[in-house]
Amino acid sequence: MSIIQILFWFLSVVALFSALMVITSKNPVYSVLWLIVTFFAISGHYILLNAQFLAIVNIIVYAGAIMVLFLFVIMLMNLNKETEPQKNRWLKMAGAIAGGCLLLVLVAALKDVGVKEKDTALVYEGGIGLIKNLGKELFSTYVVPFEISSVLFLSAMVGAVVIGKKE
Amino acid sequence: MPINLYILLAVALFAIGIIGVLTRRNAIIIFMCIELMLNAVNLLLVAFSKMHHLKMAGVDPRIGTDGQIFVFFIMVVAAAEVSVGLAIIVMMYRNIHSVDVNFLNRLKH
Repeated sequence: MSIIQILFWFLSVVALFSALMVITSKNPVYSVLWLIVTFFAISGHYILLNAQFLAIVNIIVYAGAIMVLFLFVIMLMNLNKETEPQKNRWLKMAGAIAGGCLLLVLVAALKDVGVKEKDTALVYEGGIGLIKNLGKELFSTYVVPFEISSVLFLSAMVGAVVIGKKE
Repeated sequence: MPINLYILLAVALFAIGIIGVLTRRNAIIIFMCIELMLNAVNLLLVAFSKMHHLKMAGVDPRIGTDGQIFVFFIMVVAAAEVSVGLAIIVMMYRNIHSVDVNFLNRLKH
């Protein structure tokens, strides 16, 4: 096994394990912390795919901003107690079985759908994920969506303030 | 790495997110599972963009850039969504003093 394969399997195992811990831990604070671990593992995958810009943006935006927002909300509302008002066990089991069926169907459908030997993701080569190429594309071809996304942010900010305001 | 492995990893992460949404009752954890699903799709988009780049790099040396731009925009929309969604959860907590989604059944009666 080469070093790239070892890294791929290691990051995959970390991502899946921490994703499972997100949905199984009782305490919401632990869920947030495990989700941060998942995001770091996915950022590691981006680095492995040589998408360095997305790796950095993933860490800054998700692990840095969004998860801190989640932690603030949990801490401010004092939700970090273990108890989740528990109800129907059968409902829980039905949800898990439904999700498992979805996983099974997707895996069975996508297992070898016309995939040839050379259909491999280019790992650690190719410069399209570098910030030079992405920035050039973002400010030439995709400049209108980029500006529209700034308007989206402004409206989201105004909306959050209006919703969160005490009347 | 073969693209199959990336597909399987992304599908597994997505299914874990679905199971979390279906089984948990805490609104914040449901929200976090939605973020997990968005990230699974992002990972698959990046893997496909690199696969496309590998196959078509002879035609256009910058092919495959679009996929990564889309991932960037998905992250932008996710950030906006989180800010509004957490404001809604805070408002819900202020009104019913809980984040349990089972209490939100007023439309049923």
